[in-house]
Amino acid sequence: MSRISRRKWLVGGVSGVVGVAGVAAAGDAARRHGLMPPDAGLRFGTGAALTYAAQRTLTGESRAREFRREQISAKPFANPSQMKEEAYARSREKGFADWQLQVEGMVARPGAISLAELKEIPARSQITQLVCEEGWSYIAEWTGAPLAAVLEQAGALPDARYVVYYSMEKDWWDSIDMADALHPQTILAHGMNGGAMPAEFGGPLRMRVPRQLGYKSVKFINRLLVTDRIEKVGNGLGSSGPDYGYSWYAGI
Amino acid sequence: MVESGRGMRHAFVVRLTHWVTFVCFVALLVSGVQLVISHPRFYWGETGNVLTPALFQLPIPSSRASVSTGYGYVLPDQNGWSRALHFQAAWLVVFTGLLYVGVGLWTRHFGRNLLPRAGEFRVGALWSTVASHLRLKPGGEDGGAESYNVLQRMAYLGVVFFLFPLMIWTGLAMSPSFVAGFPAVVEALGGHQSARTIHFFTTVTLVGFVAVHLVMVAVAGFGPRVKAMITGHSEPARRDP
Repeated sequence: MSRISRRKWLVGGVSGVVGVAGVAAAGDAARRHGLMPPDAGLRFGTGAALTYAAQRTLTGESRAREFRREQISAKPFANPSQMKEEAYARSREKGFADWQLQVEGMVARPGAISLAELKEIPARSQITQLVCEEGWSYIAEWTGAPLAAVLEQAGALPDARYVVYYSMEKDWWDSIDMADALHPQTILAHGMNGGAMPAEFGGPLRMRVPRQLGYKSVKFINRLLVTDRIEKVGNGLGSSGPDYGYSWYAGI
Repeated sequence: MVESGRGMRHAFVVRLTHWVTFVCFVALLVSGVQLVISHPRFYWGETGNVLTPALFQLPIPSSRASVSTGYGYVLPDQNGWSRALHFQAAWLVVFTGLLYVGVGLWTRHFGRNLLPRAGEFRVGALWSTVASHLRLKPGGEDGGAESYNVLQRMAYLGVVFFLFPLMIWTGLAMSPSFVAGFPAVVEALGGHQSARTIHFFTTVTLVGFVAVHLVMVAVAGFGPRVKAMITGHSEPARRDP
């Protein structure tokens, strides 16, 4: 009896040590290959890290599903925004003619791009589904400048690892890795369903990241920051989401 | 280690994976309920939101003001930690399930202990098992201490090989990144909202299974059965002198 039990303890102990060492090695490998999300150290971050690494590995450069025109939702929905900035109201009165997108960080040509200049970039239109983490969804056609084109125009440096994007809404910012930033379906959307981007859906400029949940598609974008040191930006966790308990990576 | 000889009711791997799955199930259920509370409406097909008609709406309050529930209050938002816990527990239960099924196939646990035996599907045999359950004496002659009866076997196989895989499938079908790589996963179900609705009903079925499971364990003797699932040893069946 005691011998069996000793053997069990030995087997258990050895598997435990092997397990811990395996997890540590997997963590190192993930970090080396850029598969560790910035908020992996938070509560339940292990699951988030596994999801990020697994999805990046499994789905690669795949495209989000695109839909037929007749599948566009007759009634799209947007959570009411808390936008209370006076600057926003003033710009809205001018039809957002003075709206600017600041591009800074690891770019050869930092500066501001006007909305008109953004619209000169050959636009991409795509009919995709926006899925909210709450469970609801809708399909719409989004039109905008591919983020990759904006980054190319600004001369993003090859060592860049993340693109941080800021909303005019106070304390609202997020970021994506280069896999999503350079993804052809990631666009700075200035149009929706054939018209200009409505204010309630984030007009005049909304980031659309269709391979992630709706909360990564931040509204009222007025600033981009290209960086390789996400831990130096804001709370160091890659977005304002973790301040409210929401994970940086939202592929699921 | 995994031989279940006489007096040895549950193999080590069965006991380990049973309790890890139990912890994961509780975590997934609690966090899943929180997520449903943020949008207690369900739809069929690809899309659905508060502006479109629901297939049905649960009569519960919501953690979002945008959902009209008939309740005069909005619950606090718990989705941040709920989502994180949900996926952490999901990963753990997937690894646990793979271990259980892998070892189960290797040791022929399923064939020996879970596949219904020949003759158990005869109407008379099935009926007597059903009848003994209805009389809340599910164990039959030996109190069920030595092996599983046919209803147990079918229920366990259904949970392991149908409900859990369906749960994982419908869960992955809701992931915008996963379905970008594997669109057939969601399209076979009829769309994103169909996947969410099936995920919900699979949960209801699993909760029903757990409820019946607990009643049956209680009827068979809660203490001894739980002890058997912890230590692996079954107490000898009580015999009338």
